[in-house]
Amino acid sequence: MSFLRRLLRRPLALACCAYLAIVTAVAIVAPIVMPSVNSQDAGDLFAANQLPSWSHLLGTDTLGRDVLSRLLVGDRVTLIGVVEALVVLLVLAVPLGLAAGYLGGWTDRVVTWLADLTFSLPAVVIIIVVLSVFPASMLAGMVTFGVIAAPGLMRIVRSATLPIREELYVKAAEASGLSRTYILTRHILPRIAGVVIVQASLLAAVALGVQTGLAFLKLLVAAPAPSWGGMVADGTSVLLLHPWLIVPPGAAIAITMLALSLLGDTVRDATVENWSAPVATRAATKARAKAEAQARAETAPPAEGRLLDVRQLSISFLGRERDVRVVEDVTFDVAAGEIVGIVGESGCGKSVTTAAIVGLLPGSGRIDGGSIWFGGKDLSRASEADLRALRGRKIGFVSQEPMVSLDPVYRVGAQIAEALRQHRGLSRPAARARTLELLRDMHFTDPGAVAVRYPHEISGGMAQRVAIARALAGEPELLIADEPTTALDVTVQAEILELLRELRTTRQMAVLIVTHDWGVVADLCDRVVVMYAGQIVERSDTQSVFDTPLHPYTEALLASNPHLAPEAATLPVIPGTVPPPGSWPAGCRFSARCRYAVPACSAHAVPIDAPYQAHETRCIRVDQLIKP
Amino acid sequence: MNPVLRVMARRCVMAVPLLFVVSALTFLLVSLTPGNAAQEILGTSATPAEYAAFNRALGLNLPLYEQYWDWLRHALTGNLGQSIFTGQPVVQAIGQRLPVTLSLLVGALAVSAVIGVGLGVFSALRGGAGGRAADVLALIGFSLPAFWVGAELIVIFAVWLNWFPATGYVSVSDSPAGWLRSLILPVAALALYGIASLAKQTREAMLDVLASEHIRMARVNGISPVSIVFRHALRNASIRVVTVLGLLAVGLLGGTVLVENVFALPGLGSLMVTAATQHDLPVVAGMVVYFTVIVVAINLLVDVAYVWLNPRVRVR
Repeated sequence: MSFLRRLLRRPLALACCAYLAIVTAVAIVAPIVMPSVNSQDAGDLFAANQLPSWSHLLGTDTLGRDVLSRLLVGDRVTLIGVVEALVVLLVLAVPLGLAAGYLGGWTDRVVTWLADLTFSLPAVVIIIVVLSVFPASMLAGMVTFGVIAAPGLMRIVRSATLPIREELYVKAAEASGLSRTYILTRHILPRIAGVVIVQASLLAAVALGVQTGLAFLKLLVAAPAPSWGGMVADGTSVLLLHPWLIVPPGAAIAITMLALSLLGDTVRDATVENWSAPVATRAATKARAKAEAQARAETAPPAEGRLLDVRQLSISFLGRERDVRVVEDVTFDVAAGEIVGIVGESGCGKSVTTAAIVGLLPGSGRIDGGSIWFGGKDLSRASEADLRALRGRKIGFVSQEPMVSLDPVYRVGAQIAEALRQHRGLSRPAARARTLELLRDMHFTDPGAVAVRYPHEISGGMAQRVAIARALAGEPELLIADEPTTALDVTVQAEILELLRELRTTRQMAVLIVTHDWGVVADLCDRVVVMYAGQIVERSDTQSVFDTPLHPYTEALLASNPHLAPEAATLPVIPGTVPPPGSWPAGCRFSARCRYAVPACSAHAVPIDAPYQAHETRCIRVDQLIKP
Repeated sequence: MNPVLRVMARRCVMAVPLLFVVSALTFLLVSLTPGNAAQEILGTSATPAEYAAFNRALGLNLPLYEQYWDWLRHALTGNLGQSIFTGQPVVQAIGQRLPVTLSLLVGALAVSAVIGVGLGVFSALRGGAGGRAADVLALIGFSLPAFWVGAELIVIFAVWLNWFPATGYVSVSDSPAGWLRSLILPVAALALYGIASLAKQTREAMLDVLASEHIRMARVNGISPVSIVFRHALRNASIRVVTVLGLLAVGLLGGTVLVENVFALPGLGSLMVTAATQHDLPVVAGMVVYFTVIVVAINLLVDVAYVWLNPRVRVR
């Protein structure tokens, strides 16, 4: 089983397992080897209260008994308590949690209600009451703990089961008539085993704490039999005279609990084995990006009139073995007041490019080539402080998911006002007034009513307009809109596009819009950049691209566009998929999907070329394919 | 109806059957006990007639349901009966000890909240070594049992350094400074677990929120880092932290029983242990009621805070 192997490869997990194995072995063996310890009332009273020595490795207690042998023998009762609680916990919680998660309905409601009820119980008090009925009965005490703790585990099992129930293979098993019991035990149980093991390990630590705590109160184990908690209690009663006595049992409890919770943690890490870049990698990425930026030759600032000038931009992410390039040699510019579209299928590097402009590449991403000129600065080598000064004030940003781009716990007006106060230094009342103006500009007829709503109380289209209002709070010169209409329905899309067009006219604001919708391009853009597999494949003014697409990818993309295709015709699709970063072919990256491809296409990397004035393309066959 | 009121009403409605069931179970359980109060008080040398007289005097000869009904009737008027042993009214006995336990509980919660949340936020932001340090601290806090930590604190700070009294409790009305001094070590012993668990949970909640889209969008639109961390991330993370805080409060309430024992604090915990071992039914039942009410109150506060922090659960 690969999971187990993965776990045992971690030295920490191995150490915990080894320690717990020793503790278990001692629990079994010690009372057999030293049968007299459990009933020993007193040892050598002349050798009482000794500190560790060769004859008594951990010293002796107030009655002259050897601390080490009591510790080893007391291990058994302590461990049995933990096992009793754990068995009750698992037997109750796992089946009930599974049933609640899988069956749903009233089973789920009853189980959840019971769980709620036990959360309102003072656990320790209940256990003490039970122990007053069954004096010194560890079984009664630990079973009670198990029953009270079970609902917590039950909830976890339930919520782990819920998503699995919806998975295809479970649905398939149901459809093929397998019994519920069979599905639960053969299909679902193995999937939640990891979660259960993690929780069992952590709950064992809690049970150990409860067992030793109750033993400390002298409620579980009758004297003179030793238990770890009882030994701490004995030591505490002579604390001022012999402080040493609490150290060995306390340390034994602490180390065992540590081993159990560490094991739980490492098992959890082994089960999730996440792919997200750890924070350490991010710091290293930053350092590397900085070093590389310094090593790159500085480029000359752009010509006047270019607001944003991206040149030969390359972006890489840290892969498992090597860097993976996701954007390569991307060059384009945006003039003041101009609307430029970046078009392409998902996974072509459009969004990453826009993230790089504002210096917020996710995870281990970094710019490893080229430059981004904006407002007299090369942003690819700008400091975080410089970039921060730019965000919101010079460049606004709107994302494709308006519903999650606003903070759910604040009223939308407050979020716009916050941006206004930070970027424009407005007072609270002024920011409030300006917020309402901005909302009115966003075509809200009753801005006051919208401002006091929370994000979950407004529709997607409204949320997008609020997001645009916030992005405009700092009166930026450039608005980057990353698929701003993708998540919205068609009528709302039109509203947003209309709004963007109007903003360009009224505010002289440039817009860089990422989209895969040609309708948006036709509606809005002055110029278009077509991206494929991390590269720009075509770049020109919108009209020329629509009239004479030079690159076969652009042509195919246009043909597959529902807005442009003739009514009732089947929509042609581009066969195949975009090659993922890291597996780009050496030659033309589109050649595998291109209907015009010839062997020469895959031979060498294709440079970008401008066969017709300002209309550029990355295709070696452009002269044969296009008849001017 | 106001959502806060609705949540409060729901909790209170749930509390009624809960208290009923818990107290009835307590009666049932204690009556099953092999020993009984008459034996504990009169000893084994008393004649059967003496036992009978004793039981009659205290109503212990009645069937259990009548005893319970009697108790319930009085409980509704705020009278929880008298201790069989001391004759002290239960409400009074608990009332004397409640401030000790509440001081300890609230103190430990406050310390855990301030230090735990602070550490969690710090480690979430610093990542790397800071994050690992918080994880290690959380593990240590989980693994050290409060009663043992308490004993070691006494050795170090009371015996060796002589900074604080080893045991005992000073009422706040007698001497506020003495009260504080008598509470510092017990609160520290109890809070260690709370700090550990809150640091870990806060860190995880913060990391989740910091990775969310609305934080990215706030950052992209130039909202300052301070505002992102405290106004946006911490505020969103607090929704989860409050839930953890509620569970923690219930857990620490159990911990007070142990810590009171270590520091010889005259709180509810020590009363509970004595009453339970003596089969002092009225006291045990009264204690169960009080503890349950405290837990219900904690849950109520958590629910209210949850509604207050999370606009999504408020119904328009």
